[in-house]
Amino acid sequence: MPPEFMSTRPTDPESGGKQKTSAEKAAEKRVEAERPIPGAPAGRELEREEEGVFGEADVTKEDLEAQLNPERRSRLRWKKKEMPGGLWLKCESCGQMIYRKELEEKGMVCPACDFHFTLPGRARVNMVMDEGSFQEEFTELTALDRLQFKDTVLYGEKVRRTVERTKQNEALILGTGTIDGRPVVLAVLDFSFMGGSMGEVVGEKISLACDLARTRREPLVIFTSSGGARMHEGMLSLMQMAKTSAALASLNEAGGFSICVLTNPTTGGVTASFASVCDITLAEPGALIGFAGPRVIATTLKVELPPGFQRAEFLLEKGQIDHIVRRKEMRTLLAQLIDFGARAWGGPKNRA
Amino acid sequence: MSTRRNDTTAAGMAFERPIKAIEAQLSELEAISQRTNLDISSEIEALRKRLSEAIETTYSDLTPWERVNVARHTERPVASDYIEKIIDEFVELFGDKVYGDDKAIVTGLARIEDTRFMLIAHRKGNTTKQRMAYNFGCAHPEGYRKALRKMRLAEKLKLPIVTLINTPGAYPGIGAEERGQAAAIAENILQMFSIRVPIVVIVIGEGGSGGALGIGVGDRVFMMEHSYYSVISPEGCAAILWKDGERTPDAAEALKLTAPDLARLKLIDGVIPEPLGGAHRAPLSAMAQVKKTILETLFELEAIPTERLLAERREKFRRTGEIPGRFPVIP
Repeated sequence: MPPEFMSTRPTDPESGGKQKTSAEKAAEKRVEAERPIPGAPAGRELEREEEGVFGEADVTKEDLEAQLNPERRSRLRWKKKEMPGGLWLKCESCGQMIYRKELEEKGMVCPACDFHFTLPGRARVNMVMDEGSFQEEFTELTALDRLQFKDTVLYGEKVRRTVERTKQNEALILGTGTIDGRPVVLAVLDFSFMGGSMGEVVGEKISLACDLARTRREPLVIFTSSGGARMHEGMLSLMQMAKTSAALASLNEAGGFSICVLTNPTTGGVTASFASVCDITLAEPGALIGFAGPRVIATTLKVELPPGFQRAEFLLEKGQIDHIVRRKEMRTLLAQLIDFGARAWGGPKNRA
Repeated sequence: MSTRRNDTTAAGMAFERPIKAIEAQLSELEAISQRTNLDISSEIEALRKRLSEAIETTYSDLTPWERVNVARHTERPVASDYIEKIIDEFVELFGDKVYGDDKAIVTGLARIEDTRFMLIAHRKGNTTKQRMAYNFGCAHPEGYRKALRKMRLAEKLKLPIVTLINTPGAYPGIGAEERGQAAAIAENILQMFSIRVPIVVIVIGEGGSGGALGIGVGDRVFMMEHSYYSVISPEGCAAILWKDGERTPDAAEALKLTAPDLARLKLIDGVIPEPLGGAHRAPLSAMAQVKKTILETLFELEAIPTERLLAERREKFRRTGEIPGRFPVIP
């Protein structure tokens, strides 16, 4: 695994630089009451947005826990103080404390339990594609606030801030390139952009990915990590589930081949549309995959959830996915699958 | 969950209190006039006039949150009412033939006058007991798989399909997740693009997110005037974005979930008008409007050649709500 695949990740010096702007933001926050966790170290905000989304877009595990249990909220705050600058991370799966540097060296995989942490979109592209082969398309597409949606802040403003922070226009990276020499169309959902949520642009770009795969007669490879539909776009976002499926139906009709890799976390409207109905469904170890988020289920039913519930291994056991694939074997497996799919579009026949 | 829902409904229907008060007075007067020989017909007439005025003023200016509560009204007609009152012949077909029969979705062969079709509908029930048995219209994966199975049958028999949507959402539960709730909904959405018979979709009450869309892909999509269709419930949205349940009416407003709003966004094909004061006030005439829409639309769709029908269905959702020219087109 080339270590440079991590290079696009926001690095420590960068997040150190973020501290100032976030401190300014914190001042605004008091006025707007945007994030109701007072006293949270400002530099953590970036990380919080990258953490697990549960159920719907824009929910973090902490948000929900903080809401459910004020005591837990103060414990979280205390813990954060204990880990200045995010040098240590707690594994979401096994609870082990991991030194961030070690985690990064291992490709964001927990050394104790093999849980695969969410990977930023850019890092994913660099990890999967042959070096220098990736040609990104439709980068100009950007979200519109068509409903003038305002909660604590206007959606348009939220998008503007996210674009500024992530240096990309939307949550989906789309392009063409090669995996071990095999041409593919690649679409990667980036969780660090509004929790990888699907609005009009994400839905359109997934559909364009299907269209590109169809016209170029190349396999379609999708990586997902998403909280689901982006509720700031209301019904326009729900209808993306139908739009992406329409494009996928056309790809299928033309005989196309699609592979979707579900990574941590994939929930809501993304799981309930294109992500679940590609020809092959893969998942990374430990990935949280589901329709409703675990907290939603736990609070609705008022029950303890079984251990490992909604994790990739659980889904495999229940017959919901084809294969679990470790990050370091990803390229090899994708290349194998693409070779097996080659005959769909007139590849060489088996010889007697 | 049910008790909370009922509470919110009661609070949300507060706007009907003046109407209810006049209705109570009116029925009292009518009782008196029947019991005695007093001539109070002019008083009754005046009260009737006041009542219809009150209904008109209230209902011409409902907030989105008030509409949501009309959509959830316990006396609003549900699937079984349609089957009983406007469908002339019905043979229920149960089960997904794999796991079980989900009572939250009813499927079967239906006929209205001379028109035969496959009915797929969320089922809510009229009584508390029924509502519980039908899981308040929240389907499990087997419900969506049952629906798909019956749609495939309809395709084979060359019968068009009518779906009636009325669900708060697909059920969020352990069993539902184990059996692939997301995948079941996804499969339906995908397959409904290749079903080779006309599909008419009508939201008759609640259009709750993916649980609605799981039977919601069609050649024509209509909403009743006081139904709603939303990516998330207003309660859920308020809890997540405002972190305050009290802001539910604001969330309902922001989500643009009413029929007129969605028609403006070109996400639906039409709004079916309801009687003054909502479908719960005059269920029969409300259902008659739905019947008219079903018959007219099926007549129109059955004239379209199959290949064109499928291409247009796909194109309709591929470009749904799009501002013309905003996105690139790959032929």
